[in-house]
Amino acid sequence: MHGILAVYLREALILKRRLKRQLAGMAVSPLLYLIAFGYAMGDSVQFGGHTYLEFLIPGLVAMSSMTQSFGISTDINVARFYWYIFEEFQAAPVSNFAYVTGEVLAGMTRALLSIGVILVLGLPFGVVLHYGPLFWLAAILNSFVFASLAVALAMLVKSHADQSLLTSFVITPMAFLGGTFFPVERLPVWAQKILFLLPLTHASNAIRAVALGEMPDWRAYLVLPLTGVAFFILALGSVNHARD
Amino acid sequence: MCMPSGPGARVRGKPMIRIDQLIKTYGSVKALDGVDLHVPAGQLFAYLGPNGAGKTTTIRILTGLTKLGGGRASLNGHDIEKDALAAKRQCGLVPQYINLDSELTVYENLDIHGRLFDMKPAVREAGINEMLTYVELRDRSDSLVKQLSGGMKRRVMVARALMHSPRILFLDEPTVGLDANIRRRIWALIKKIQQDGTTIFLTTHYIEEAEFLADRVAFLDNGRIVAVDAPLKLMAGLGKWAIDWLTDNGMQTSYFPSREAARESAAVRENGFTLRRVNLEDAFLSLTGKKVH
Repeated sequence: MHGILAVYLREALILKRRLKRQLAGMAVSPLLYLIAFGYAMGDSVQFGGHTYLEFLIPGLVAMSSMTQSFGISTDINVARFYWYIFEEFQAAPVSNFAYVTGEVLAGMTRALLSIGVILVLGLPFGVVLHYGPLFWLAAILNSFVFASLAVALAMLVKSHADQSLLTSFVITPMAFLGGTFFPVERLPVWAQKILFLLPLTHASNAIRAVALGEMPDWRAYLVLPLTGVAFFILALGSVNHARD
Repeated sequence: MCMPSGPGARVRGKPMIRIDQLIKTYGSVKALDGVDLHVPAGQLFAYLGPNGAGKTTTIRILTGLTKLGGGRASLNGHDIEKDALAAKRQCGLVPQYINLDSELTVYENLDIHGRLFDMKPAVREAGINEMLTYVELRDRSDSLVKQLSGGMKRRVMVARALMHSPRILFLDEPTVGLDANIRRRIWALIKKIQQDGTTIFLTTHYIEEAEFLADRVAFLDNGRIVAVDAPLKLMAGLGKWAIDWLTDNGMQTSYFPSREAARESAAVRENGFTLRRVNLEDAFLSLTGKKVH
C-alpha cells in the first residue's frame, strides 16, 4: 500500500504544480470540437432526436478520458528516458503491482479532471444531460482501460519516439472512429464489427446512452473491466521488461 | 612486479556484498565476465576502471535496475533475485546522473523516497530533517530541485540515499562533473558516512578519489576483475616515485623506490620530465597495459 501511495503522490504533486497548464491543455481540443462541430452545425444535424451538441458532449467525455488517462504514458516515458526518475522506483522495495497501480490511479485522476473540464465547457452551450452513477462508472472504467494500456506500453517501448508512434497509430484513430463524432451504427456492418472491438466504442455508447437518459448496453460494463484487467496484467508483466 | 592478491579476493567473515561469477551480456558484448567480489561490513570499497569496463553495470545489477545475466549476488545475505525487495531495503543508491524530480521541492523528493521505503510519518519527517542537516542543506528544504546547483543536487541525492538508514550505500561516480572544491566536500561527506558504519561501494574513474577514500580497490577491465587489494598494496610492487617523459613513441614512465633515485634518473633526460608519486593509475597500467582514463 505504501508503494501505491508513494507513486501516486509523486504524480499528484506534479499534477498539482502544473494544474493551470494541464487544465488549459485539457480544455483546448474539446472547446475547438464544441465550437467547430457543435455550435457551428447548430440544429442542422440531429441523431435520434438529439441535437449534435447533446450527441457530441458524451462522446468528448469518452474521448478525453481516453486521451488524458493514456497521457500518463508520456509522463512515465519522460521520467524513464530523460529524468531517470523511474529508476528511483525500480531501486525501491516496491512491487510491480504497487508501481502499476499508482501510475494507473494517476492516469485515472487526470481523466476525471478532463471530464470535469468538458462538463464545465458544455454549460455555456445550454446542454442538459444526465450524469448518473452508470455515466461515471463507464467513464471510470474507460479511464482504467487506457491508463493500464498506457503503463503497459510505456514499459515496453524503447524510446520516447516509439511512444509517440503508438499514440498516432492506436489512440488517434480510436478517438475519431470510436463513436465520438458519429454513431458507429451508420457505418457498414463489417466496419461496425471492427469498431466494436475497440473499448472506446463501448465507452462512448454507454456514456452517451446514460447522458441522454437511455438505458446503456450492459455489455459495455462487461467489456470495459475485462479489457482493463487484461491491460493491467500486461502492465504488471511489462515492468520487468523495462529493466535492461 | 609484485602481484597483489588475485581477482575475486575473498575477505573473512560474512560479507555485506557478495558477488559470485556475475555475468552480463548485451548482444555479443560481455559487459561483465564472471566477476567475484566479497565486501565486508563497514568497508569503503572502490571499483576502478575505464569507461565501459562494467562498473555501472555491476551497481545497476546489485540495485535491481538491470537484469542479472548469470551468477549470483546478495546484499547483507539477501539474494538480489530471489529476495529482491529485502535486498533493496539494504541499500541506498546515488546514481551518476541526477535523477531527482526537478519540479518538486527537496522535501517532497525525500518524502516520496521515505514513503517508497515504508518509513512511518514521524520517522520520515525526522529522517528528512536529519539528512538535510547532515548534508548541510536544511535551509533549502522548500526549494525546488531545479533551483539548486549541481553540487547541491548531488548532496540531496546522498541525503535521499541515506534517509532510510541503508546498510550499504552505492555511489556511482558521485563526483563526476563537479569542480574540485565541491568534490572534496563530497569526499568528506563520504568519509563521514563510512565512519557512521555504512558499507560503501563506490565506482569511479578518478584515481585520486579511489586513493583518498578507499580501504580496498578492485581494478575492472573488460568486465573482469584484474586485481583487488588496499590501494597501497596495489601500488607496492612499482616503487614510490615515478618520472614521466615524452618520447617520439609517446609518454614513457619509470618507477623508483625513492625520490632521490627518481631525480638521478631524471637528471639525464634532455627533454622535460615530470616527477611525481606512484598512483593507482600506474598500478592499473602495469596490470592491463591501459590507462583508467
